[in-house]
Amino acid sequence: MVLHHIYDLHKFMGKTMAEIEIDTRGETCPVPLVECRKALKKASAGDEVTILGTHPASKKEIPMACKALGLEIIGVEEKDEEWKIKIRR
Amino acid sequence: MTDTADITDKAVIIVHSGDMDKLYSALIVGNGALAMGMDVSMYFTFWGLQRLKKGGLEKGPLSKMHMLGLGKWMINKRMKAANVAPLEKLMNDYKELGGRILACEMTMEIMGVKVEELRTEWIDEYGAVGTYINEARDAKITLFI
Repeated sequence: MVLHHIYDLHKFMGKTMAEIEIDTRGETCPVPLVECRKALKKASAGDEVTILGTHPASKKEIPMACKALGLEIIGVEEKDEEWKIKIRR
Repeated sequence: MTDTADITDKAVIIVHSGDMDKLYSALIVGNGALAMGMDVSMYFTFWGLQRLKKGGLEKGPLSKMHMLGLGKWMINKRMKAANVAPLEKLMNDYKELGGRILACEMTMEIMGVKVEELRTEWIDEYGAVGTYINEARDAKITLFI
């Protein structure tokens, strides 16, 4: 429901961008990759989608998927086991 | 909403086995391909088709060391501990990401499976070998599981 409101605002104001955060900490293959794709699919062009996770392979594979989808990674942060990847839809 | 990249590359998977572990492989590969921007079709035939029956998704035995269900019980316990997603979630994600499911009509005939016994909400098409070839001829990845 909240997301729908963001979309309405998006359409209404033309340039407003939403920030969406997906927490996949503790999830394993293929969940982080799949949840990332689901979030990107729901987001609108220009939105920022942030994926938070701990699964090591997904840290490499999410950027691979973004490259294949032609999407830009705007930030990667790492702290201990956790990583955070920010994508521009 | 449209995607920024053209989705042209395709993966087609024949799901022949009804074994639980092989269905995991098929659905993980299918979801992974969708997540990485490919189109995916999964063609369920023979023992694989049994998994599309109502209540049948998680019913498959282990392909090895099933041991009358003891092996499957152990693996399920280990998978739960490792936080592996259930098959039902993987199937729902697969459909949400636009994955296609094809059901083999010949298997339905041979094994006496009626349409109303199947999870028809998942199935996009009922067909035979021509349907598979038509899907697979321009696919970059095709697997038989």
